[in-house]
Amino acid sequence: MYERIREKLGILADAAKYDVSCSSSGSNRKNENKGIGDAEGTGICHTYTEDGRCVSLLKILLTNHCIFDCAFCVSRRSNDVKRAAFTVEEVVELTMNFYRRNYIEGLFLSSGIFKDADYTMERLVRIVKKLRHEERFNGYIHLKTIPGASDELLREAGMYADRMSINLEMPTETGLKLLAPEKSHAEVKKPLKYIQNSITQFESEKALIKSVPRFVPAGQSTQIVVGATPESDKEILYTANAFYQNFSLKRVYYSGYIPISNDARLPVIGSQPPLIRENRLYQADWLMRFYGFKVQEILNDIHPNLEADVDPKLSWALRNLDQFPVDINTADYHMILRVPGIGVSSALKIVQARKFNRLYESHLRRLGIAFRKARHFIRYADSPIQLKEYEAGHIKGLILAESKSKYVSNPNNQLSLF
Amino acid sequence: MELYIFDGSLEGLLTAVFECYKRKSPVVKLVTELRYVPDVFDSGYRVVSDREKGKRVWKGLCKKLGKEWQLRFYKAFLSEQPEVFQHLLNFARYIIDQPPGASENFAHPDVLAISQTAQKVHREKHRMEAFVRFQKTADDIYYAHIEPDFDVLPLLPEHFQNRYADQRWIIYDLKRKYGLYYDLEKTDEIELDAAPQMSIINALPSDLLDEKERLYTLLWQDYFKSTNIQARKNTRLHVRHVPRRYWKYLSEKQG
Repeated sequence: MYERIREKLGILADAAKYDVSCSSSGSNRKNENKGIGDAEGTGICHTYTEDGRCVSLLKILLTNHCIFDCAFCVSRRSNDVKRAAFTVEEVVELTMNFYRRNYIEGLFLSSGIFKDADYTMERLVRIVKKLRHEERFNGYIHLKTIPGASDELLREAGMYADRMSINLEMPTETGLKLLAPEKSHAEVKKPLKYIQNSITQFESEKALIKSVPRFVPAGQSTQIVVGATPESDKEILYTANAFYQNFSLKRVYYSGYIPISNDARLPVIGSQPPLIRENRLYQADWLMRFYGFKVQEILNDIHPNLEADVDPKLSWALRNLDQFPVDINTADYHMILRVPGIGVSSALKIVQARKFNRLYESHLRRLGIAFRKARHFIRYADSPIQLKEYEAGHIKGLILAESKSKYVSNPNNQLSLF
Repeated sequence: MELYIFDGSLEGLLTAVFECYKRKSPVVKLVTELRYVPDVFDSGYRVVSDREKGKRVWKGLCKKLGKEWQLRFYKAFLSEQPEVFQHLLNFARYIIDQPPGASENFAHPDVLAISQTAQKVHREKHRMEAFVRFQKTADDIYYAHIEPDFDVLPLLPEHFQNRYADQRWIIYDLKRKYGLYYDLEKTDEIELDAAPQMSIINALPSDLLDEKERLYTLLWQDYFKSTNIQARKNTRLHVRHVPRRYWKYLSEKQG
């Protein structure tokens, strides 16, 4: 008797997994009605898949029937795969039973588009409404915005969801047109803008009247597929940057393309997904969001692509040796943050600790910075006297020789050509 | 240097701090009774745990420490690491002797040790929040048992109470032989007469379980497999996030 529901879950979880977002943080939904669930504060990864990705939400499609034929998508109309659809009750029951057993933080609900956009969006809204009202569920809900859905439905969805997202898919309009002629970036921008404006409106009302309800409290995100089309890292990151700025996105996700199609426009099945590149893009994204880097500093016309063998922060430092060494005992916090091998929490500890004592090598090592990497870029109380200036290539060689880069020593992904 | 021997409790530790000042001991080595090895030359001073003295020290510390540091102090204590008691004693004396704000001196060995130990305990607490897998019993209680590296149970009620306010649940520490029971109103400490053994799968015998429990275990195992992307397999990363010693909690790792 369990076979049908197991089969559906298999099909609809499999089809949903290429959406990489699994974040469950950033909301402020508390369990105020003595119901079930709490989505306040930091997210929790309840387990990790064997590919090392966090599992925080039950990520499923309502259905993988779809009227569109996007070449990069496993659920495209022309693809010969098993189709299935959950009922509203099935999704609610799965979510509640998983949540009550502490398997998940909540639900990530997406769907193929059946009939039309509004029809699909209306079903998604019905599910989240039932969860919130009938089950008194206060856990995290990430809801997909269906392109082309009406403003009224989006507004209603936003009253129940913690996060909403809609995917750009390809980094440029040209790339998207190549693989999904029926789609455009414009139809992604329109709902992003509408929800962004609504969030602002609700927030300003809430500042005046406390009883104004929440509206998408964890904000919006999007996803860019990497490596399906030939864009440079610069094009990808500049697009991401523009969307962070223009639509106040909380996150842009980069998803290395996994070949799932024999379409001649795409990488062939069996070729390795660009995992290193994806990782470097995330590192660069972090530099923009937490380390005060401008996108133009990381990538520009002279350096249109991220380096594979070193991370983008080290890469920037090596190109800008005139800004170093940084004196740990006197430099501005923002400059300490730019030192390769020093992260946000170490930088904060350094500026706290140096109020009490001058910092020596032993302090820095114990504080937990990557000293072997950082030492080429800093001065501290007992720095050795350096007689000559090293050049970038030499420093890079030293660092690479000393470190066990996961990429160099583990070339089973994209590095092995022969 | 003087040797202090205490009973291993938080109250005893704070009393020891009190005695350092009362007895004007400049340098104190602190050990628990369990670890104390009698020495011909150094008989040591036995600290008698005293609620009032302990409270006075804690109040004094709270004046100089923010909420976050108060919690760090407690978390470091829960680590049960033998060397942490010495750090806690030194830290308390350092904080009391210095003007407020001294806890930000991360270059100080005891400040750093407390901060790092507290972080380890915090991580273990967070792991329990993530890796606990409840099983629904036939009488509607959600049950899970754990064997955490540190004594993190006292840190868990708030999180699970806020989240599972409308269901009764038990989280039981098999190693330390006590648990938490939430009865829809409040969370109490409990001891089970016959606690189940830690087993690979299905913590409780199936005759005690709700009839749907088997289905949801299966569905969860299915989901775990379906959401994996085979082409991205990365066992090293997987094991870094879910160290092997936690696999016994996770039904999805048993399927």
